Amino acid sequence: MNRREFVRHSAVAAAGLGVAGHSNLVHGILVPTSVGRGIDQDRDALASAALNAARSAGADYADIRISTTRTQFVATREQIVAGVSDSETSGFGVRVLVDGTWGFAASRDVTQSEVVRVARVAVEQARANRAAQRRPVELAPVDWTGRGTWSTPIDVDPYDVPIEEKVEVLLAANEAALAVSGVAFANSSMGFIRDLKFFASTDDVITDQTVYRATCGVNVTAVSPDRSDFQSRSSAEVAPAGRGYELVTRADLVGEAPRWAEEAVQKLSATPVQPGRYDLVLRPSHLWLTVHESIAHPTELDRIMGFEANYAGTSFISSAEEFLGSFRYGPEIMNVQGERTTQNALSTIGWDDDGVQPDDYLIVKDGVLNDLQTTREQAPWLADWYGSQGLPVRSHGNCQAQSWEDVQFQRMPNVNLLPHPDRDVSEEEIVEGVENGILIDGSGSFSIDQQRYNAQFGGQVFYEIRNGRVTGQLKDVAYQIRTPEFWSSMDLIGGPSTYEFGGTFGDGKGQPSQSNSISHGCPVTRHRDVTVINTGRRA
Amino acid sequence: MANFISREEAQRIVERALSFSQADQARVNLSSSDTGNTRFAQNQMSTSGDATNANLSITSALGTRVASATTNIFTDDALRRVVETSEQLARLVPENEEYVGELGPQTYPENDQYFESTGELAPDRRAQAIAAVTEQAAARNLISTGFLIHEAASDAVGTSEGLFAYGTRTRANFTTTVRTADGTGSGWAGTSTHDFDDLDTRALGARAVEKAMRSQSPRAVEPGRWTVVMEPTTVGNMVGLMMNQLSARSADEGRSFFSATGGGNKIGEQFVDSRVNIFSDPGDPRILSPTFDGEGLPNRRMVWVEDGELRNLNYSRYWAQRQSVEPSGFPSGWYMSGGDSTMDDMIASTERGLLLTRFWYIRGVDPRTILFTGLTRDGTFLIENGEISHPVKNFRWNESPIFMLNNIEMMGEPVRISASESSGLTDAVVVPPLKVRDFTFTSLSDAI
Repeated sequence: MNRREFVRHSAVAAAGLGVAGHSNLVHGILVPTSVGRGIDQDRDALASAALNAARSAGADYADIRISTTRTQFVATREQIVAGVSDSETSGFGVRVLVDGTWGFAASRDVTQSEVVRVARVAVEQARANRAAQRRPVELAPVDWTGRGTWSTPIDVDPYDVPIEEKVEVLLAANEAALAVSGVAFANSSMGFIRDLKFFASTDDVITDQTVYRATCGVNVTAVSPDRSDFQSRSSAEVAPAGRGYELVTRADLVGEAPRWAEEAVQKLSATPVQPGRYDLVLRPSHLWLTVHESIAHPTELDRIMGFEANYAGTSFISSAEEFLGSFRYGPEIMNVQGERTTQNALSTIGWDDDGVQPDDYLIVKDGVLNDLQTTREQAPWLADWYGSQGLPVRSHGNCQAQSWEDVQFQRMPNVNLLPHPDRDVSEEEIVEGVENGILIDGSGSFSIDQQRYNAQFGGQVFYEIRNGRVTGQLKDVAYQIRTPEFWSSMDLIGGPSTYEFGGTFGDGKGQPSQSNSISHGCPVTRHRDVTVINTGRRA
Repeated sequence: MANFISREEAQRIVERALSFSQADQARVNLSSSDTGNTRFAQNQMSTSGDATNANLSITSALGTRVASATTNIFTDDALRRVVETSEQLARLVPENEEYVGELGPQTYPENDQYFESTGELAPDRRAQAIAAVTEQAAARNLISTGFLIHEAASDAVGTSEGLFAYGTRTRANFTTTVRTADGTGSGWAGTSTHDFDDLDTRALGARAVEKAMRSQSPRAVEPGRWTVVMEPTTVGNMVGLMMNQLSARSADEGRSFFSATGGGNKIGEQFVDSRVNIFSDPGDPRILSPTFDGEGLPNRRMVWVEDGELRNLNYSRYWAQRQSVEPSGFPSGWYMSGGDSTMDDMIASTERGLLLTRFWYIRGVDPRTILFTGLTRDGTFLIENGEISHPVKNFRWNESPIFMLNNIEMMGEPVRISASESSGLTDAVVVPPLKVRDFTFTSLSDAI
């Protein structure tokens, strides 16, 4: 089989459901990493040296990831360029299984002698851990073996665009925001990542992938004349994506900045919300984060099994066996899909860090829990469920590491709340059915408990809905939910024309905490009778 | 032998990079680390990892046009390339009027942050430290999970103006969550240290085991304003939120809690209880932290809060110059002094209140008041008539460290905590347990 036969550009599985809009440019979450020209050495030779060294030292299974990551980041404030940086990091990580116990070691020194040394360190570490092993790790089989390449489809390589052009766009966006009366500050930034990832395992999988990611955004702050109040509005509609520089062009930061600025100023005089119960209409620019916290995280199988209990937590899905096929997550119109094929979504990839081609699957089917996110280590834990469904025990390809120096583990695919299964319900129709409600645009504050029951979400902009019509702006809004009740309260869901993707570069999980890029597709939804609090406390 | 860059090697690499510089001024930051970690779950190791890495960043200034580039390869070719990249970028960006130039030679406080016990930690000692917890849990039919991480690291800064600073450190962090087999109880314990010999994982495991057993089958009590006895970790989490908001610039610009109405900032104002004192000091062995910041500026003793009064804010070099004050540096460790009450005293003096062990998913809600939301977890108990009466369901809180530090009733002896929510490596944070009135809980959580 030659390389070309395995070239797999991301399938247009979600045809007509292009990645549009919406992001969460959480400040301080964008982790600068770096890119480049790649490793000079012959990676095949390095890989076989590492895998052979691991095998001869006693490993039953081994894999090596060699990568070079380049990151470029430009940040501005008002008319100042606050930072321009270009980073590159190269290295490799070797993971081994010795008698069912994992070992992992990594180094930045990509040489023949170092890969051999590090492979032996990984085996030695697995041996030290083996003494306490009660249940050995077993890996689900892989269906695909061979050699393959994949890359993110992009229009414009961000590293071909001159830095002046990038700076100019950001300073122009700031200027457009600052021209709005009442605006005191405007920050903006853009960032690009190119990750060259090489993977080889003792199960005869060799993959070579190039992953691009891009983000950009503006944050505007208005200060009241007497300095008694300040309010910010971020460009939450601009979603980071698996794109090149075209992400920035499509975002039109300069054209949109005046609107974001006006909304920041309007927030100063917006009506503080009266606490109480309201119907909520949630746009995808906001809802993706609620989907992320209350659907995507609780359906990670490692959490359910207790592996993340010390930090990220477990799940209200307390037992995979008891919940699969019987737990009602929401109404029949609710379907949730896991996939890594939507063009330009952040989790989209050819092969995961187990060397598995990800598949598409339904996590929630007609409102009922149907499947869970897995890796090769985890799929066998669901053998009984898959057996009862007549399905083979295979990983869904949801294994990922943030960089060469971190061990891979279960990370979410694109987890999408699918649009209405039968018709193209519009936002207008959804709003018409609301007497007393709030429409929320953009993601804001977020927090959820360690089993994903109790969550609180803010937003960027809030509009009052009265008798089926959107009226003025509200402020200091946050809603509190209990996950199962919240999704059961969803009585209408938008159609394909309301479906968009939102996401972030900064989803944390694991110890040491690893940051993962995630996207979620969702339509506009309506939820009845949700608890809303006023967050504008003064004493 | 821990594998990080020595002073001599750092000096050589920094000088080599600077020798390729054509810029008017340049600064090199070089960091290196040798880290190891082990995770455990279901009373056994789940994953572990060892990694050695190093990064070199060069910041080049052509006049006041400034840009940076980073690499982790230190051959002459790679160094030449990274220097050129930063200079090419700098040539293309506009003038930055806030660039204040690079520093010349500085004098730094003395401290020793390197401990061999941590620097030379072997995989088997790491495995034993964890077995000390998993064995206790397994013996009681409980399920332990947790995380041990350690590092030996070095940082160096060098500038074209003759500055060179170098420091090494070791740090470790250990946390464990122990749950009952039926999932109705959960307990947590953890701490951080620079010296692995100080880490008693057996004792921490015993505390988490005890909390897991005592926390089984919690009952619901109503949310609202409660008197709380806060273990030091929760106090550190809350006060840390305030410590992150000490930017003088944000305050002077009117977009911070520390902005004064009508202009300026709150330095000199009493804003919390007069018993509150908080300082940083890289030379204090209780709160070890780096002696210089990323620009090579010395970190020095900074009193942030004295007798409840705001004494200082964090001034960058640019903002300090503009406001005609000394730049503050950025000492990352901090110490909050306490009082002489014990946890037992606090519980005994409480008619009806809550004991809090750990906070979770703490996120900002309103920067105007430093209002955050989060949840309790892994050991929340009702106190009635001076005694712990039974475990209670967890709560969501919406609260500000400012309100909390105005509502102090009792203070205990400060201890070092595991200060990061993810149990990552941090500089030393030392805080007391507190008894506080009117802590605001807004809803119940079913999570255990």
